[in-house]
Amino acid sequence: MRSFPIGGVHPSDNKAWSRGSAIETMELPDVVNIPLSQHIGAPAVAKVAKGDKVLVGQLIGEAASFMSANVHSPISGTVTAVDMQPNGQGLRQMMVTIKREGDEWLPEIDRSTTLVEHCDLAPKEIIERIKAAGIVGMGGATFPTHVKLSIPEGKHAETLIINGVECEPYLTSDYRTMLERGELLIAGTRIIMRAIGVDKAYIGVENNKPDAVKHLRELLGGDKSIEVLSLKTKYPQGGEKQLIAAVTGRQVPPPPALPIDVGAVVCNASTAVAVYEAVQKRKPLIERVVTVTGKHLASPKNLLTRIGTPVEALVAKCGGLPEGDVRVLNGGPMMGRPLVNISMPVMKGCSGIVVMDGGDVHRGKESACIKCAKCVEACPMGLEPYLMYKLIRKKAWDDLERNDIPICIECGCCQFTCPAYIPLLDQVRFGKQTVMGIIRARNAKK
Amino acid sequence: MANRFFIASAPHLHSDYDASRLMADVVIALMPALAVSAWVFGLKVLLVTAVAVVSCVLLEFLIQKFVVRGPLTIFNFSAVVTGVLLAFNLPADIPLWIVVIGAVVAIGVAKMPFGGLGKNPFNPAIAARVFLLIAYPVQMTSFPAPRIDFVDAYSGATPLAALNEGKVDFAEFDAQGMFLGAMSGSLGEIASLALLVGFAYLLWRKVISWHIPVAVLGTMAVFGVCVAATRLQGDVDLLWQYPLFHLLGGGALLGAIYMATDYVTSPMTRCGMIIYGVGIGALTMCIRLWGAYPEGMSFAILIMNGMTPLINKYVKPKRFGAK
Repeated sequence: MRSFPIGGVHPSDNKAWSRGSAIETMELPDVVNIPLSQHIGAPAVAKVAKGDKVLVGQLIGEAASFMSANVHSPISGTVTAVDMQPNGQGLRQMMVTIKREGDEWLPEIDRSTTLVEHCDLAPKEIIERIKAAGIVGMGGATFPTHVKLSIPEGKHAETLIINGVECEPYLTSDYRTMLERGELLIAGTRIIMRAIGVDKAYIGVENNKPDAVKHLRELLGGDKSIEVLSLKTKYPQGGEKQLIAAVTGRQVPPPPALPIDVGAVVCNASTAVAVYEAVQKRKPLIERVVTVTGKHLASPKNLLTRIGTPVEALVAKCGGLPEGDVRVLNGGPMMGRPLVNISMPVMKGCSGIVVMDGGDVHRGKESACIKCAKCVEACPMGLEPYLMYKLIRKKAWDDLERNDIPICIECGCCQFTCPAYIPLLDQVRFGKQTVMGIIRARNAKK
Repeated sequence: MANRFFIASAPHLHSDYDASRLMADVVIALMPALAVSAWVFGLKVLLVTAVAVVSCVLLEFLIQKFVVRGPLTIFNFSAVVTGVLLAFNLPADIPLWIVVIGAVVAIGVAKMPFGGLGKNPFNPAIAARVFLLIAYPVQMTSFPAPRIDFVDAYSGATPLAALNEGKVDFAEFDAQGMFLGAMSGSLGEIASLALLVGFAYLLWRKVISWHIPVAVLGTMAVFGVCVAATRLQGDVDLLWQYPLFHLLGGGALLGAIYMATDYVTSPMTRCGMIIYGVGIGALTMCIRLWGAYPEGMSFAILIMNGMTPLINKYVKPKRFGAK
């Protein structure tokens, strides 16, 4: 069974809560707040003003630079404000507020459900359409897809890997997408292969989803150019570097090296579907599948949701928050971000909303490190979290750089496994930022 | 009632496997050996163990309550583990006041002054055993004969002491009896089979990895084969009898599986663990063959405990993607 070479942990996946729920379409929201920054890179620049009428799919924010992404209106109606609104963490950021009137789409978007597989566009045109549609990595990293697919000069892509691993516990949005929208996923995969000029693609799926593997293999039939790989169920199998290692056996060297340096391009499964819709149907990224789940949520679901829909509407549709203290997460329980404001909008990178309650809300009580080495064993990057923690407490930044802190992928395996409940990743995140700041300052001086 | 929103950064899950569960698992793993020992030497074994455990826990409690005045940590069971391991290193009919002195050395000298669990550079139980061995050599080396005599047990002297004095006739080597525990020795070291059962449990529960025990025992075995090869005199069986005698005849299994693997005093990386284990195995055999003591396990572990910070400093795991 293929897997990544070192480390990893086995959290209970609890996907059973929502894996059986077919994708349901969420009701259209009456008012949406659309953040102009839903991606890594420069925020988009607003192209609409208060009072403008917009249609579904109309451009409302334009990519500010190459490393940025377009933003489109997910509903039709009137722009009521373009100003700073609180996000999920309660911090204000630029958003476009739109009041819905009906559901009128831009005429050039093909809303038919016929599968259009044939694509003879040039790679450049494909990437142009992806850029126009504002597509970003939908697994949570939100890296602009057109940037990822624009292979830098001198580099050469050999393999495309579609990430259907979904190693985050609880989440099932990619799983349902593979089961219910597999044809679109495969069509999207072929388009991306064409865009980056490779003749081999792999779809990596954890072996806790055997039905998804079987379904995709059946859809592919005798097509040898795309291979579905069943990977060992182990977190973080879907980490970009881990997945590349599991599929190709090659390890991406430490930064500044990128996946393309080992010839690999990785795209999330839902992103591949969005690419298909953008290229073949001219449909921008205005909706996505969101898993809404939790131990005491009345009815966990997978909801096809327009971007901008308030998280609280999704939670209400699934039965509302349970009583008492809660921890609500944007994303999965290993890497997701906690929300203080659940009126925040669903964004492009939101693969799930997780509601934790009861005893799961609070962290365990921290005690002294017993040097059990479980964190060293669990680290998929070969780091020594206990040592980094100690060095950060001493502010030994040089020593931390020598101990390779910048390669940390912040997967949280160390903290998950620590029997002393030490908040290892809290500290390592802080130490990594500090050390990377020092490295950037030093490079700027040169 | 309105919900209260709690925030903390990721990860939001925990394995729920905490320090006290780890320590409890170690205690569980030691129970089969304790049972065999009680069968072989009688119920006084349980008394010695109880006195050791109670003294260790009580002392840790008193130090924390009246000297350190910090949070109580006796509920992480580490003092219980130290107590059981200390008892396992003592002869079954040791005077109980010596057991209490052992506990004072383990908790009051080797553990708490350094800052308690996680900070002690040397294994507390081993430090106590070595102290007692030097301070009370007579009591510490007077081993009762096995109460049961179902096989030709080596009564009185331990197998290693007999070997040291050249009194072992390998023609009468009884591997099976030694394996089951029919021999003289400290109360926890005789039950080889039971210790291995505990080892399997610890591996299954992922409390320890195989690296240290296998490195220690493997090194001793290879060392033993080499020594045997120089002493053959035509008896080829000696090639397996001699190393096996070393592995079963003393504290090798107890030391390799339960003492050398102590989290706090052993290295953090797999490669470091192997180096540490090989060091313990080689030092043990050197002391047994050429030292003043018939048994060298505890000295070897203490010496390698001292090397652990150095090993941690220079032996790093291979980073992902590094050449």
